[in-house]
Amino acid sequence: MEEIYSETPKTCGLIKARPETVSFLMAFSRSYQVANYENVTFERFLN
Amino acid sequence: MELQIEDSVLVKQYIGGKEKALETLINRHNQKIISFIYSKVLDRDVAEDIFQDTFIKVIKTLKRGSYSEEGKFLPWVMRIAHNLIIDHFRKNKRMPKFEGSEDFNIFSVIKDDKLNVEKQMIKNQIDSDLTYLIDELPDDQREVLIMRIYKDMSFKEIAENTDVSINTALGRMRYALINLRKIVERNNIVLTN
Repeated sequence: MEEIYSETPKTCGLIKARPETVSFLMAFSRSYQVANYENVTFERFLN
Repeated sequence: MELQIEDSVLVKQYIGGKEKALETLINRHNQKIISFIYSKVLDRDVAEDIFQDTFIKVIKTLKRGSYSEEGKFLPWVMRIAHNLIIDHFRKNKRMPKFEGSEDFNIFSVIKDDKLNVEKQMIKNQIDSDLTYLIDELPDDQREVLIMRIYKDMSFKEIAENTDVSINTALGRMRYALINLRKIVERNNIVLTN
């Protein structure tokens, strides 16, 4: 019985986001800039 | 014992320009957020995409200065993730995605019978070569072969159109194929696809 139960796949286990996703987010954050000029907000991406 | 900097402090540091604070926040809540998303969408790649979109919204909101400290950081991020999950299901409802299962693959039922470009080119070349070979056949054999293969006529129709018996039409077709093979072999022509 133990074996049968252990075969049930876990569908809602704990997982972690992939390191490349985190790296992408950090790169996005570094490149994303917001500037305000005369009450107008400008978004820009720095390479 | 290691002291943990509070989320609110890290958020302030990040807004102040310290990028490392964001990395700490992401790593601290990584598991909780993506596991929550995964528990709803049950697809690892979709969960990863929604996690990414969630933090893109977080980054934009924080950098624009639109974040208010009324609530706590994690519940706020979870709310963004929750809304993106709803968007995902709404989008999929408009455009359902069918992936099949282990027992059933849609591509075993639906397939594209068209030849790929290379095979189509080879086929065109063979068809073209074949017309020259057919021209080499005696008139009566060529006539039957063209009617049968290119005009898709039955042997009864061929017999009626050429004023011969069905057996004669069949015989002419047989000899037409034998002679075609002979021409192919004699000239070392390769007709394959």
